[in-house]
Amino acid sequence: MAGAYLPIILLLAIAVCFGLGSLVFSSLIGQKKLSAVKLQPYECGCEPVGSAQERFSIKFYLIAMLFILFDIECVFLYPWAVLFKRLGVFGIMEMGAFMLILFVGYIYIWKKGALEWE
Amino acid sequence: MDTIAIPAINLAVIAPEVVLSVVAMALLLINVFVKSEQKGYLGYLSIAGILGTLLMLIPAWGSSVEGFSGTIIQDNFAIFFKVIFLISAAMSILITDKYLEREGCNQGEIYPLILFATVGMMLMASGTDLMTIFLGLEVLSVSLYVLAGFNRNNIKSNEAGLKYFLLGAFSTGFLLYGMALTYGATGTTKIAKIASYIAMNGVSSSNLMLVAGMILMSTGFAFKVAAAPFHMWTPDVYEGAPTPMTAFMSVGPKAAGFAAFARVLLVALPALKPEWSSLLWVLAVLTMTVGNITALYQQNIKRMLAYSSIAHAGYILVGFTAGNAVGTAGILFYMLSYAFMNIGAFAIIILVGKKGEENSNVSDYAGFGYRHPVLGIAFCIFLFSLAGIPPAAGFIGKFYLFSGAIQAGYIWLAVIGVLNSAASVYYYLRVMVFMYFKEPTEDFEWVKLTPAFVLCLLIAVIGVLVPGVLPGLFLELAQKAVLM
Repeated sequence: MAGAYLPIILLLAIAVCFGLGSLVFSSLIGQKKLSAVKLQPYECGCEPVGSAQERFSIKFYLIAMLFILFDIECVFLYPWAVLFKRLGVFGIMEMGAFMLILFVGYIYIWKKGALEWE
Repeated sequence: MDTIAIPAINLAVIAPEVVLSVVAMALLLINVFVKSEQKGYLGYLSIAGILGTLLMLIPAWGSSVEGFSGTIIQDNFAIFFKVIFLISAAMSILITDKYLEREGCNQGEIYPLILFATVGMMLMASGTDLMTIFLGLEVLSVSLYVLAGFNRNNIKSNEAGLKYFLLGAFSTGFLLYGMALTYGATGTTKIAKIASYIAMNGVSSSNLMLVAGMILMSTGFAFKVAAAPFHMWTPDVYEGAPTPMTAFMSVGPKAAGFAAFARVLLVALPALKPEWSSLLWVLAVLTMTVGNITALYQQNIKRMLAYSSIAHAGYILVGFTAGNAVGTAGILFYMLSYAFMNIGAFAIIILVGKKGEENSNVSDYAGFGYRHPVLGIAFCIFLFSLAGIPPAAGFIGKFYLFSGAIQAGYIWLAVIGVLNSAASVYYYLRVMVFMYFKEPTEDFEWVKLTPAFVLCLLIAVIGVLVPGVLPGLFLELAQKAVLM
């Protein structure tokens, strides 16, 4: 029983050791030539612009929430598409009901203006 | 390629839920397409939906139909509870409209949300699989979180919504963990199969995984029904939530929690009865005592009723601890009468308030009995029933809960229950003292009595008095709905 998990435990141990080890050794034996440019926060290679702790619009949260909802719809569509033929008419009806319910939500958020940015 | 065999689906079992969901979704769409002045009609449409659902449920009484490969059942027990849910939803909707108008948050979404919450409760009552029960609970809870914070311009309502959400999500974790452990111990999530597995394999209280699962599930359900020591959220949420939603939350979801709790303990885990009944004994005593003693000190009437609803959960737990037919029939009867008396009391509280300041201190009721004699009498009837004084329904309910406990040999539990009930008379009577023996301090305007309010109060008064005076019929129904 425990033997079956041995390879996984070994893999985990090696992964942890490799990650921690490279950090520790590079900080111990690596050369450090610090300069003002090197100590700057990394921002895609550009010069940093402004503070990293900016406030951003609450609309992002709304969009993120709606995205997850309809993303889940896709997650459910994939297995259905894979088994489309084997599920037959039953599958079409079930997915139809599922999509219809989501469609009601879609119309609702559209009319409510949740998709408008301004 | 061969087709996948589809398990037996019996759509008739969930037909009432389907109808209610479709009505709710239709209302959601109507809500965004009509002008805001016409939104009052949404309430009536939702009540029509509820009545339609009731008409579908009532002919099913007496039968027991399973569906979806045994994960859902429509039996008398489920139907009895579903009727309670639908009644409490309909009565809450009747008092919602004017309240929202007064508070200036007249959003039509409240009606679909109430209906979705009701669908969740109905699924909980008829779920015979831990997963179905959990699904119903989530549908219910998510709707309730929004309903508690519905008055979004009011900071207390916001607090209520957030607090309920955080603590509710936390307690759901407990429930789910308990379900997982129970599944681990028995290898199934179906309630009937859990019981038969335990009976066949002689799994008993020595199986720690099963006992831990039972305890964690009880914790989750105890939170949902606001039993001490898991009641801390109740006063804040009940005080902050819009008053009609407080009325709804204190009745429907509590009944749903008890329905699912009863099915899990009485049907799935009867083998652990010595364990869970001693657990519930402690919970019942704690809940009754904490609820009643804290209610004695409350000045705010919404908080007082919140603590009183905790105490009432304790009385129901007494019937639960007994675990016999009389006690369980008592639970059903009590939940039904509690729906009428509590929503009636909250309806009066709404009438006494005005925008922003809800006049919810007990002293605001000074002179209420003389200014509005009829409303005063109605309020007295609800308070008498809550206190458990005959001939109100609350008395008969308590009588059966406690006699169930005595029959099962829990004499001390019944004694503590009766003592608690006597203590509770103090804070209910205090409101009446203010109503009839104190002069009003200031003049404030009262909400106009609309036909919807009158209808709600009338249903509530009838629902308190008729089962109180003629308990036979209702008790017979409750006895037929018992799970054994």
